[in-house]
Amino acid sequence: MDARKSNPAIEERKHSILTKGEQNQQLKCNTDSVAGCVSQRACVYCGARVVLNPITDAVHLVHGPIGCASYTWDIRGSLTSGADLFRFSFSTDLQEMDVIFGGEGKLTRAIDDLVEKYHPPLIFVYSTCIVGVIGDDLEAVCKAAAQKHGIEVIPVQSSGFIGSKSAGYKAACDALLRLIQVPQGEEIQKGNAINYLGEFNLAGELWIIKNYLQRVGIKLNVALTGDSSYKNLKKATKAYLNIVQCAGSMNYIASQMKELYDIPYLNISFIGIEDTSESIRKIARTFQDLEMMRRTEELIQAETAAILPQIAYYRSKLQGKKAAIYVGGGFKAISLIKQFGELGIDVVMVGTQTGRQEEYDTINNLVSKGTVIMDDTNPSELERFIMEKEADLLVGGVKERPLAYKMGIAFIDHNHDRKHPLSGYVGAVNFAREVYATVCSPVWKYREQGGEP
Amino acid sequence: MKKQASNYRNVSENPCNMCMPLGGILAFKGIEGSMTVLHGSQGCATYMRRTISEHYEEPVDVASSSLNEKGTVFGGEDNLKKALENVRLIYNPQIIGVLTTCLAETIGEDIGRITSRYLQGQEITGLPIINVPTPGYGGSHSEGYWLTVYRIVCFLAEKTAKHNKVNVIVPHISTADLREIKRLLAAMGIDYTLLPDYTDTLDAPYSKPYQKSPAGGTKIEEIRKMSGARATLEMGITIDDAQSAGKYLRDEFGVPLFRVPLPVGIENTDLFFSTLKEIANYGTESAGMKSSGTDLPEEIKKARGRLLDGMFDSHKHNFEGQAVIFGEPEQVYAVTKLCLENGIKPAIMATGSRTKKIEQILQQEFDKLSDFDSEYSILGDTDFSHILEQCKNRKINIAIGHSEGKILTERAEIPLVRFGFPVIDRVGGQRILSVGYEGSLRFLDRITNTLLENKYKNYRANMFALFYEAKVR
Repeated sequence: MDARKSNPAIEERKHSILTKGEQNQQLKCNTDSVAGCVSQRACVYCGARVVLNPITDAVHLVHGPIGCASYTWDIRGSLTSGADLFRFSFSTDLQEMDVIFGGEGKLTRAIDDLVEKYHPPLIFVYSTCIVGVIGDDLEAVCKAAAQKHGIEVIPVQSSGFIGSKSAGYKAACDALLRLIQVPQGEEIQKGNAINYLGEFNLAGELWIIKNYLQRVGIKLNVALTGDSSYKNLKKATKAYLNIVQCAGSMNYIASQMKELYDIPYLNISFIGIEDTSESIRKIARTFQDLEMMRRTEELIQAETAAILPQIAYYRSKLQGKKAAIYVGGGFKAISLIKQFGELGIDVVMVGTQTGRQEEYDTINNLVSKGTVIMDDTNPSELERFIMEKEADLLVGGVKERPLAYKMGIAFIDHNHDRKHPLSGYVGAVNFAREVYATVCSPVWKYREQGGEP
Repeated sequence: MKKQASNYRNVSENPCNMCMPLGGILAFKGIEGSMTVLHGSQGCATYMRRTISEHYEEPVDVASSSLNEKGTVFGGEDNLKKALENVRLIYNPQIIGVLTTCLAETIGEDIGRITSRYLQGQEITGLPIINVPTPGYGGSHSEGYWLTVYRIVCFLAEKTAKHNKVNVIVPHISTADLREIKRLLAAMGIDYTLLPDYTDTLDAPYSKPYQKSPAGGTKIEEIRKMSGARATLEMGITIDDAQSAGKYLRDEFGVPLFRVPLPVGIENTDLFFSTLKEIANYGTESAGMKSSGTDLPEEIKKARGRLLDGMFDSHKHNFEGQAVIFGEPEQVYAVTKLCLENGIKPAIMATGSRTKKIEQILQQEFDKLSDFDSEYSILGDTDFSHILEQCKNRKINIAIGHSEGKILTERAEIPLVRFGFPVIDRVGGQRILSVGYEGSLRFLDRITNTLLENKYKNYRANMFALFYEAKVR
């Protein structure tokens, strides 16, 4: 048994782990988690909830037992400039009798109560596992409620078991598509403002980017879904261009909007200096306006010059350190690899919960030989490769943090409830400072001793 | 005196509780070498791990059978078996807890049959697999916790020779509290079996190398022998009989049961020690049982004196307190007692748990007080929207409970003293000490100081508004 313990390789997981330069086959990804492997992934409902939740004036009603709502209450650090109804947690709190006799009646009454109390312009109703099993007709209940109250009530088909978190992203995008659809016969007046997709305004990140764009002369139409409201989202089809940050969650709606409303889209990233500059350039270029391009270069130069001394300082302290990455999406992982490069840090392990094939290909091209790449990993694999690769720090979310600290290594929170922005130039400095704060903390000098005085 | 106790709703707005399996995970964390599998879809395990991790700042590995659509339609037997196999391979556990989720319960999985078929199929002996039905719609995490402790004892306890140990069954409290209870039991010279004991598994010391399964927890052998104990001390007066491990041990094995509240506040702590003395003297005449002493150790007497001293020192400040208290039933009762003893008026006592017992017990407490002249509400199965509603037009100036109560601070400017679970917006939730004489005093100090901080923060502006601007006549 001891031999097993030291090498906890599960046969079915083998093709989900690669070492660059050692194997040539493609990484297995986008599959169900292996039972019992303690995956770090959440469920379909979670995927839908995190995407839609930042819509500030909507009622987000979870149709299900209390846990689903209670574990996701105010879970994101999304900020608002207006309404803050999104920070409330609403649930039909299904009980045994509702499960036996069906929960449609309770859902109807719940919507009635919420409309009366909060007068929301929009209600999202999320389905959870048991709703999918007991077969409540969400569509019908929502339709009836919408008619009765004269507001939009949109069902989100997010039963936990119908796929992985990515299926939840799609469910959220489908709900958004319903919301933004243009009534038949109505003509769309295109403006010259752009939509910002896959941006959730964590710690005000949307506002940072909006400011950059404004300075070069680009107007933001609406963000999906950071700091957005019912009224703003209704204008979504009028955009000239969609820019997509979190590709995992919103590439789908971007391609749908291209097809349905002829809005082209660009994949961009505002994580790290290189990606931020390149992204603003890419967006500005689409306007084919020389004056705008000049302002863009001016902004990039000014912002970069302002932060370079700080970045150089942190780089001098961090050069040669080794990082491990385990984050939600492939997009974030790619940006992080580049950003660590800017700080002189080598990435020795990189994994994601929901990365796609093409993202893993990009990752493979970016990392150096010997780097371990993995999909849907678990604590015991994380532990093993952090040890083997002698990583100095781990980037991840809440569940990974105690593991890093228990192993005595540094940790970066790159999760959705953080309280500081990591986007744009200001975010790049924040990131560098955070890496420095954790990697160069005096506490690690005691780690070799364990409990021995 | 006025009271109020009604609460029906179609929609829960801002929950005051979590669901059953979370409590089950916590209980299993208190058993040595245990690993938990949640039978259901992936998200449940992930969310619960995240919540527990955030409170305890500890890795919390919980497996999921990761049910997908196919497993939901055709049954999850294969998934659960595979999960058990993988958990065994990776963690090599001594015991496995299988908790069901809403999904597994609703599709009607026969867990007992699946797990026994698994053990037979793999020819495994000596690995207990305990299953607990914990549908998310069956109750709160508090009920999940008690039910799991109960099921663990039912499964493991077996007929055994009488011995001198005392079973001590604890509610879900901070690891600092758990550690303090162990210290007090040791100080009283009591040989005990504590269940569940997650002091080390959920508050593990840093060690090198990393331990995937942290050391600590109640030993399985000890749980088996709880049936032969001298007595059971169950710290839970709000437990439903059907979920009481202490009652089970009494009914099945004749182990005398002593039920006490959580030792928070002077009266409850006195009761804790007097019960320990009673247990120590209980049946000492019979052969082979030695008395564990009858008097309190000097250090504990001094601590009691210091608590009284502290209570007197701060009583005037506390007299200004009007409190809203919320959380798990056992905790709500203990905090209410502490408030009443110190002149803080408990205005609202609330729990998201569905047990009716807490409402009855609190009501009895108030009925005993002939001179309680304030309005109070006792809310069971409630949420923060209702709690907030109740706070309106009442001069509530302190909230005592877990982190979700921050909504009371945000919406009604009621300062929050963090206590209970989860404490996720501050560090050190696991280190909050509130039990015993010393713990009670520290708890009281936290409350008093929060009242003072709030008073000092506002009093200049308040006096200015009251007497300067309003021009007193």
